[in-house]
Amino acid sequence: MSEEPETVQVFNVLNHELVPVHEVLDEDEAKALMARYGVKEDQLPKIQVADPAARAAGARPGDIIRVVRMSPTAGKAVAYRFVVEY
Amino acid sequence: MAANPSTVKALEGRGFDKETAERLAEGRTLKDIQGLDKKGLMELGFTGNEAQDVIEKLAKAKRPKAPSARKPKEPAVHEVLEAYVDVPEEWTAEEEKLRDRIIKKVEKLNEGVHEHEIVVMPHRVMREIIKMALERDADAKLIDRVVEKSVDVLRRIRIDPTEAVGIVGAQSIGEPGTQMTMRTFHYAGVAEINVTLGLPRLIEIVDARRQPSTPMMNIYLQEGWNADAAKAQVVANEIETTYLKDVAAIDTDMVELKLVIRPDKAKMKVKSLTRDDLLDILKKLRKAKAEPVPESDEIEVILDEPGFKRLQQVQHQASNIKVKGLDGIKRVVIRKETGHGYVIYSEGSNLADVLKVRGVDPRRTTTNDIQAIYEVLGIEAARNKIMEEAYATLSEQGLLVDRRHLMLVADVMTADGSVKAIGRQGISGQKSSILARAAFEITVDHLLRAGMRGENDHLQGVAENIIVGQPVNIGTGAVRLAVDQKKFAEVKPIPLPPPPVRKEPTPVLEEEPLPLEEPEEEPETETAEGEVTSET
Repeated sequence: MSEEPETVQVFNVLNHELVPVHEVLDEDEAKALMARYGVKEDQLPKIQVADPAARAAGARPGDIIRVVRMSPTAGKAVAYRFVVEY
Repeated sequence: MAANPSTVKALEGRGFDKETAERLAEGRTLKDIQGLDKKGLMELGFTGNEAQDVIEKLAKAKRPKAPSARKPKEPAVHEVLEAYVDVPEEWTAEEEKLRDRIIKKVEKLNEGVHEHEIVVMPHRVMREIIKMALERDADAKLIDRVVEKSVDVLRRIRIDPTEAVGIVGAQSIGEPGTQMTMRTFHYAGVAEINVTLGLPRLIEIVDARRQPSTPMMNIYLQEGWNADAAKAQVVANEIETTYLKDVAAIDTDMVELKLVIRPDKAKMKVKSLTRDDLLDILKKLRKAKAEPVPESDEIEVILDEPGFKRLQQVQHQASNIKVKGLDGIKRVVIRKETGHGYVIYSEGSNLADVLKVRGVDPRRTTTNDIQAIYEVLGIEAARNKIMEEAYATLSEQGLLVDRRHLMLVADVMTADGSVKAIGRQGISGQKSSILARAAFEITVDHLLRAGMRGENDHLQGVAENIIVGQPVNIGTGAVRLAVDQKKFAEVKPIPLPPPPVRKEPTPVLEEEPLPLEEPEEEPETETAEGEVTSET
């Protein structure tokens, strides 16, 4: 990012109010998840590698990101997204 | 001895960079490589450290293939629950104790029930119970009963499998939509900023328009900046686009054919600009020179090729030069909000740049431009914003739509990782079924194209099955019943009660009564409901 004089330190989008928690699952967690729901990765909702939040979380294509959303109905809800390239 | 691309790819997936992967894969299969030891690797020209690294990476990637991990055991219910709870959060010791108690109780209630009946207690419900319990100092028995009831309710209100949630959602949003006004309203509270509301706004959200017709931002300020009106003004100046004509009078001198720019002192001060700033900016003018007028704060612009027409051109150019601010921000309004201090509202939006401005709180600042949110903050933020904006638009008109319907809309729009519109270009237009697309819009085009290409329709959706006259794959239509013949054979007929004795009808006055039909009472073989297995 270009350093303009007015620029504060690079802002981490994960700190924004609108952005829920993004965590990359490790391999075992991912396996357990797939087994629990009986689905394949590509049946999950997707997130692009270039997505600012995915980048901030350090995700790579093929990873699964756990998203912990603040939900107005459930309080806190967990969702998963499969990291894809395009 | 070329490297097999798939082997290279497999190695890359195990954390190797491309170069190393290619070197390893040269003429070898993955199995060969995994069989190599440190010595073998060093013979290939790897240094000791590199070889060690390679072995470690291979070993790490191999671990999940160990037999114990190959078949991950079904996690227990409380582990599923943990996914909901075990997110870093502050719980007091007291709360934690209650939390664990509730989790245990829910788990117990889940014991022995069918897999589909397992209830996960939503975080918010759990919090609520804990809060109430602590407030009322409830005893364990009472808490247990509350949990029991809650689980009961949760089980009951859950959406059934194969329920047509999309249709329900569409109607739940569509009906109130008919009551919406078609007007552009003023933004509540900030009278000066116009914002599209009502149906046009709702359509805009659902269409995933690149830019809303009235983009606006809520810009919150950081601690230390939000308490002071002067500081808020400084930030506002940095953001609001200011043209030269806003801070100076630009006059044409017809006699000498030059421009005279007279900065307005008060306005310059508000915008914290100096004459030198203006001079710098005026250098951008082509075929003209800007010079300060000695012993005044005026600036003269002298043309390279004097001419009346040219002078007018340059005047026009000069007045529309941007001297300060960010692109896209047309106007700002500063207001004091309780709890937030001074907040800047802007007409026009430029999220990426505004977040970088000093004094702006980048964590809370938002825009109503959903595409910009997607680009700057990502898909999940966009999802949140779609929900929020749609809900706000509806509730602003007093229409209360359950948030869950809007969540579904937001989920569908963001499912593939980018914000997709619902409609011709988006969800409906990209369905895989030809018949479904044809049923939606531009029927002939879709059918013709599909015919030319020889496409197939797998009849998996709703619309296409209605077209061909089959049960749709949703709701009760999604369930198939099949009889287990083996078990059916074991079923013993239940003996029927003896048939009721029919009384002989009393003969009527006719001489020859018609012969009564013998009531052929066939002993109805009970078609006992054999063991029925359901297939979904």
